[in-house]
Amino acid sequence: MNRFLADARLVAAKDLRIEARSRVVLNQVAPFALLVLVLFGFALDADQRTLRAFAPGLFWVAVLLCALLAVQRSVSVEQADGALTGLRLSGMSPAALFVGKAAAVFVQLVVLEVLLTAGIIVLYGSEIEQPLLVVATGVLAAVAVACTGTLYGALASGLGVRETLLPILLLPVLAPVLIGATRAFDDALGNAAVDGWAWLGLLAVFAVVATAGGALAHGALVEE
Amino acid sequence: MVELNAAVALLGRFPALTGVDLRIEPGETVLLQGPNGAGKTTLLRLCAGLLAPESGSVTVLGHDLTTGPERRAVRRRVGLLGHSTGLYEDLTVTENVRFWARAAGLDAEPSVERVVGALQRLGLDDGLLDLPVHRLSAGQRRRTSLAALVVRRPELWLLDEPHAGLDQAGRNVVDTLIGDAVAAGGTVVVSSHELERVRSLSPRVVTLAGGTVHRDTNA
Amino acid sequence: MTETMATNGTTTGSRGSRVLGAATLLGLATLLLFAFGLTEADIRLHPTTGEEIGQFDAVRLLYLHVPLAVFTYVAFVLCAFASAGYLIRRTPWFDTMAHAAAEVGTVFCGLVLVTGSIWGRPVWNTWWEWGDVRLMTTLVLFLMFTGYLALRRATVDPRAAARRGAVVALVAVLDLPLVNRSVEWWENRTLHQKSTLGELKIQDLTLFTLMLGFLVFGLVLAWLLLHRFRVGWLEREDAEHGIAADIAERRAAIDEGDVDAAVGEGT
Repeated sequence: MNRFLADARLVAAKDLRIEARSRVVLNQVAPFALLVLVLFGFALDADQRTLRAFAPGLFWVAVLLCALLAVQRSVSVEQADGALTGLRLSGMSPAALFVGKAAAVFVQLVVLEVLLTAGIIVLYGSEIEQPLLVVATGVLAAVAVACTGTLYGALASGLGVRETLLPILLLPVLAPVLIGATRAFDDALGNAAVDGWAWLGLLAVFAVVATAGGALAHGALVEE
Repeated sequence: MVELNAAVALLGRFPALTGVDLRIEPGETVLLQGPNGAGKTTLLRLCAGLLAPESGSVTVLGHDLTTGPERRAVRRRVGLLGHSTGLYEDLTVTENVRFWARAAGLDAEPSVERVVGALQRLGLDDGLLDLPVHRLSAGQRRRTSLAALVVRRPELWLLDEPHAGLDQAGRNVVDTLIGDAVAAGGTVVVSSHELERVRSLSPRVVTLAGGTVHRDTNA
Repeated sequence: MTETMATNGTTTGSRGSRVLGAATLLGLATLLLFAFGLTEADIRLHPTTGEEIGQFDAVRLLYLHVPLAVFTYVAFVLCAFASAGYLIRRTPWFDTMAHAAAEVGTVFCGLVLVTGSIWGRPVWNTWWEWGDVRLMTTLVLFLMFTGYLALRRATVDPRAAARRGAVVALVAVLDLPLVNRSVEWWENRTLHQKSTLGELKIQDLTLFTLMLGFLVFGLVLAWLLLHRFRVGWLEREDAEHGIAADIAERRAAIDEGDVDAAVGEGT
């Protein structure tokens, strides 16, 4: 167990250090996230009331699009110079590798979520009525997306068509997360009279299943 | 140490190894040669536990590599230098070497001296140690990659064209390294086109062709 | 030399499958005759106003739509079980079965969406109803298995394709209850009739036709699966046969002189 956690931490720290040096997510994905919010504004209406009404859904669609990019980056780091072979040779457990990779994606997603939250407050005029619900939703959804994304990143890794294949594989599976997180935000931002906390249950189930299932299934994919 | 009997390995649907019989004793150094596409790289990857044999038997360091768990177990004990260096572009030389040492399950923190010592033995001077790998030349990358192996002290060294892309000094460093490994009781399999160079290290030359052992001479 | 399927005349047909095929086609023809001919349209009189209400001729599509939907799920569940079997046993039988079930299931699923949409236009007055749970779930399912087939197609190494496919199929089927739950809560209403049989004028003929639909589409599924499985199996055998031949060919082609020239030995 100690070995497991140490390996997972090693991999996560390595990925975050690479991000700190290369700033790919910060300099490319984060601006893209804001751009998406602006594009939604152009496409829908300049009227802030409309945007405000749709803010939760737009927020989570933006998160999913950014997550795709973050996962692509996470995969390409290992593929650029055959590092994945090195990881397989290291004898590290595939589950530890999975948890480490997913944890790094999770941290990046949370940063993007914070940025996007600021974005909908400034651009769409949203107001946070239940901060705790916003944080809980953000964390659970990020776990769910990071784990599912990391598993599907491993699925598509090594394929010439990875960039185009990943979205069609990943996005349908994440439909419950999109719906659940959007509904929870509807409540937290005071947009609709729904019980946001009930939706957290669904997100929690998804997050747990994605973490456990991903750690289990990763072995079958990496050992190839 | 290493024993293959009629080992067949596929790359996708292509039979890269068409039935290899080979026996390597502990402490031996073996030169692997053969035309391009003869199966040298696949043979080394098979011995490292990265590939499952399609048929035949492969036993390395006492592990029967026809089963998945055994393949995973052997990986930690062998050191494979492949064509790609397996380095992270944005991390420094030292960070890379330390990461790979720790990933291989070495003590939580391989001593700094050991890492620096390995890098220096490979002729990477101190000024390079804190540079990100993307600023290195191809030869320097290869040396870094070798340093990561040296730190791990594998029992079986599988070196796939370690001389490629190195200058004369670099090739000499590789030879010294192989000598050290043998002196420390390691077993070494080297694929190389540098026939004369490796001949001086080992009398045994295995020639692969068409995915099988074509000649096995021990002069 | 390599004997391929084409040259040695192997087919996916057998006596049994031909009988099954004939029965299936006959059954389909009978079903269409009943569904679009012999049964009556769903026309009822409103108890107070005396207006004609009901689904009219659209109800005929349900004789196809409902069995198709049921057997879509059967195919995907079969695919999930075969995928799990593959991950445990790693034998080609399971993988071939999973691939066959996924492919036939995807075709069925597409037909479910099309027939449902056509039926919905007159009855619900819309091609697409966003609030409907089963509709949305089926669409997500369809998209997930489209991805499954794309992944298998894109993966060159057959063993990698089998492993990756198995994981995707299992994730898709496990994700399904969550998709279903989330859509149901999302729009807490459904246009789908809770019990299709209850609302319709139950006549012997209606019930018979629906049951016939289940039987016939069960046969269609079995028939398509059988052939698709055999195609997959033959492809695999053909590839293996090719590998054995390739091995012999590679070993025969080794040329002493070429090897010496390549390694710089000899003269």
